[in-house]
Amino acid sequence: MIIEHIDAQLPGTVTDRHAFRGDQTIVIAGEHLLAVVDLLHREGFQLLVDITAVDWPEREQRFDVVYHWLNLASQERLRVKVPVADGGSVPSLTGSFKTANWFEREVFDMFGIGFDGHPDLRRLLTWPDFPGHALRKDFPLDGGDVFCMEGCTAPYNNGERGGR
Amino acid sequence: MSELDINDAVMTTRLDAVVNWGRKNSLWPMPFGVACCAIEFMSMMASRFDLSRFGAEAMRFSPRQSDMMLILGTITNKMAPVLRTIYAQMAEPKWVISVGVCASSGGMYRTYATLQGVDRVIPVDVYVPGCPPRPESMIYGVMKLQEKIEKESLSMRKDHIARFYESLARQESLQAEKGLTSQQAIREMLMDAGERGVGTIF
Repeated sequence: MIIEHIDAQLPGTVTDRHAFRGDQTIVIAGEHLLAVVDLLHREGFQLLVDITAVDWPEREQRFDVVYHWLNLASQERLRVKVPVADGGSVPSLTGSFKTANWFEREVFDMFGIGFDGHPDLRRLLTWPDFPGHALRKDFPLDGGDVFCMEGCTAPYNNGERGGR
Repeated sequence: MSELDINDAVMTTRLDAVVNWGRKNSLWPMPFGVACCAIEFMSMMASRFDLSRFGAEAMRFSPRQSDMMLILGTITNKMAPVLRTIYAQMAEPKWVISVGVCASSGGMYRTYATLQGVDRVIPVDVYVPGCPPRPESMIYGVMKLQEKIEKESLSMRKDHIARFYESLARQESLQAEKGLTSQQAIREMLMDAGERGVGTIF
């Protein structure tokens, strides 16, 4: 239902959509995000449940930033995906949703996606000088040489690391 | 009046033995509870398993008032400097039990985020395996620590802790000189230790 409202009031913004067992998903471009969010807020989607992202290394626009909204009155849920290229950014939602602040910091930390207009875009989970972004598909699981994962020997077992 | 036999009134022993006897029977645990091992720890302290049978029931949540740290769970690289600070703040003489595989070796978390064994950053006395270990295992670990305390000499323990303080001073000077964060400083010290083939930074 909400998707029809968006279509009516902001024609042409929804580039893709699908519904699976009651899950409604729309895909929009980054430049339309603030207008759509404004409309959603007026339509009653006032709980921003989560912001996360997905890495698709083979795609040209490498990341999907994924937003989840809940309409508290009608219990309707909506998922909004915004594709963004490597090194690109999307507008920050901190103006309309206070909870977006830390969500966006987490996405920035884990994927390296920028958020324009964010008041304090620092890393949230890892430490400030952490090398790389941990949830990108090309990030090595052990973090490369972070904390000497391969080179160190253990103090027990005669200094040998033991079988791998 | 009967004659007083000197052997009835005086006992000779070593200072180490009598002091260590007191120490081992009055351990004050501090839970560094960061994961599920802390749940087993609660069980160990409660009436069914009851650690007070071993003289270690005076649990304190302040490092200043405790001398046995139990590391109960996964320590991340971000947490490593905090762990070192808390260990430094504990009352001397102090002991560390690394409870569970996460604390002992990183366990199943062989990832960018997890410290691969707390013995890389602070000295550990007893390792308790298990994921999480049962309360009996933890109590066995405490008993092993008591055995260890019984056997050690006072100066040995003092030197042991002094080595750690020396490494903490090294970390702080690294941070001040090069303007590093604590995580960076510890990482640099670990890399250096790895090159020398020792694996620990204290």
